[in-house]
Amino acid sequence: MIDGIIAIYIFMLAAFTGYEVISRVPVILHTPLMSGSNFVHGIVLVGAMVALFNAESTLEQVIGFVGTVLAAGNAVGGYVVTERMLEMFKSSGQRAAGGGHR
Amino acid sequence: MSFLSPAAAKWIIDAAYILVAFLFVTGLKRMSSPVTARGGILWAGLGMLIATLVTFLAPLVAGHAGGAAATNLALVILAIAIGGALAWWSGKRVAMTDMPQMIALYNGMGGGAAAAIAGVELYRGDTHSVSALTLAVIGGLIGSVSFSGSLIAFGKLQGLIKRSFRFSGQQLLNVLILAAAIILGGMIATGVNSSPAVVSAFFVAALVLGLSMTLPIGGADMPVVISLYNALTGLAVAFEGFVLNNAAMIIAGTVVGSAGTLLTQLMAKAMNRSLGNVLFSGFGDTGGAATGEVKGSQKPIEASDAGVMMAFAQKVIVVPGYGMAVAQAQHKVWELAQLLQNRGVTVKFAIHPVAGRMPGHMNVLLAEAGVPYDLIADLDEINAEFETTDVALIIGANDVVNPVARNDKSSPIYGMPILNADKAKNVIVIKRGQGQGFSGIENALFYLDNTRMLYGDAQGAVNQLIQAVKSVG
Repeated sequence: MIDGIIAIYIFMLAAFTGYEVISRVPVILHTPLMSGSNFVHGIVLVGAMVALFNAESTLEQVIGFVGTVLAAGNAVGGYVVTERMLEMFKSSGQRAAGGGHR
Repeated sequence: MSFLSPAAAKWIIDAAYILVAFLFVTGLKRMSSPVTARGGILWAGLGMLIATLVTFLAPLVAGHAGGAAATNLALVILAIAIGGALAWWSGKRVAMTDMPQMIALYNGMGGGAAAAIAGVELYRGDTHSVSALTLAVIGGLIGSVSFSGSLIAFGKLQGLIKRSFRFSGQQLLNVLILAAAIILGGMIATGVNSSPAVVSAFFVAALVLGLSMTLPIGGADMPVVISLYNALTGLAVAFEGFVLNNAAMIIAGTVVGSAGTLLTQLMAKAMNRSLGNVLFSGFGDTGGAATGEVKGSQKPIEASDAGVMMAFAQKVIVVPGYGMAVAQAQHKVWELAQLLQNRGVTVKFAIHPVAGRMPGHMNVLLAEAGVPYDLIADLDEINAEFETTDVALIIGANDVVNPVARNDKSSPIYGMPILNADKAKNVIVIKRGQGQGFSGIENALFYLDNTRMLYGDAQGAVNQLIQAVKSVG
């Protein structure tokens, strides 16, 4: 395990980072942002992979397999829906062909 | 397959994870502005790809699976292929109106994966220090709650679970289940008894807790619930990251945990309710007495008259709500708005933070229909403008425009910030029937002298308005 105190440092700094990064987000992006952070915790996939790589008994293999399927679903599904939603956000300028900003 | 020494493999993985953490944070940062948001998800996606690929080196670092190594490698590839393909397929074809439940589902899968990691560690039983076990147990508890809770949220939003299950003593039951999970978890973490039977009982208690916490929560509270479970999954991932000594999981999980907590607070604040209030009491519990005491009558209007009124207005503000999502009316709404714009009418869209079933739900639907985001305003930006507005068009929104939130202290929604649509010169409300809103609270707006009711489903009613405006010529 990462050394106790160092781990707490990482935890604290990452928590501040998350708070700061999100704190000024306009309401119109709440959904893509939530969906985007939903995608980011799909990083659980790497943990599930490691757990399955190291599985020794059949029970561990079954749980690890289920976990990896779920994690891959989280990562891929989160990416696909976020990308689809962000694709749609356009300003009047981008929207109206040749039209200027309002 | 030892073309790399364990030390070299470990170095490559660690270095790659630093890059991954950078890509995730940068990606999320770029997602906080509409201009750069599109690129943000690509950055984060690249991070995920790198993280996944480099993790295939992990068996070189600590390949203690022995003879099972080749089988496990095949299982990993198979699992990613199955999970990835199903999610890709479902994510590509889900309708924008169904987005809240899909996000809940994917989120639940992440929580389940975190719980599965805890399961592997705890069933194996060769783990390590009390602190590592404690973190595994906490992550397993939170992940399991997020898993089963998100599945219930999915079921409710999808319409599979129609009613909210409430009975007296429910709070007590939840507390008892939580206590059982904590006691069992404590036994495992301290090594008093970490037999497979205890571990199984622990996970059952945690899963049941997620069910019983989420079943009583009504649809209108879903924006809070979805963002809460998103934050919880992030935390569970971070805790399992500590157990596995995986910096990418710790950083990404914690960032999501704190960002999700902030978003949850914003949602709860927009309803003027504490998180505890959302979780532990339905709307009905807070004061059912305040219903049906509004004087006056609802005054209906024909679509043709409403269309004329809007066609000759100078300024129209559209207030969409869940009713627009249910009727899939967003495209018609934008068609109507464009017709009015072509006549020289100023049209804006006013969005309440908790309109719909997830944070920002209405914005996504309007964006899908093609409404430019600079026409869309939120509560603080637009509330002062209603007084100079000729027509406020309410489409399937209810509680978020109910003036009793401003002036009736006995109302359960008193104090909730609302859109001041009642201040507009004329208010047209599109509503399916005369019934009450989701919360069961009578809406005083519908009885005001300047309000006219246009009954019908949002899609049909807006279509009639379009015809009416067109016929004005």
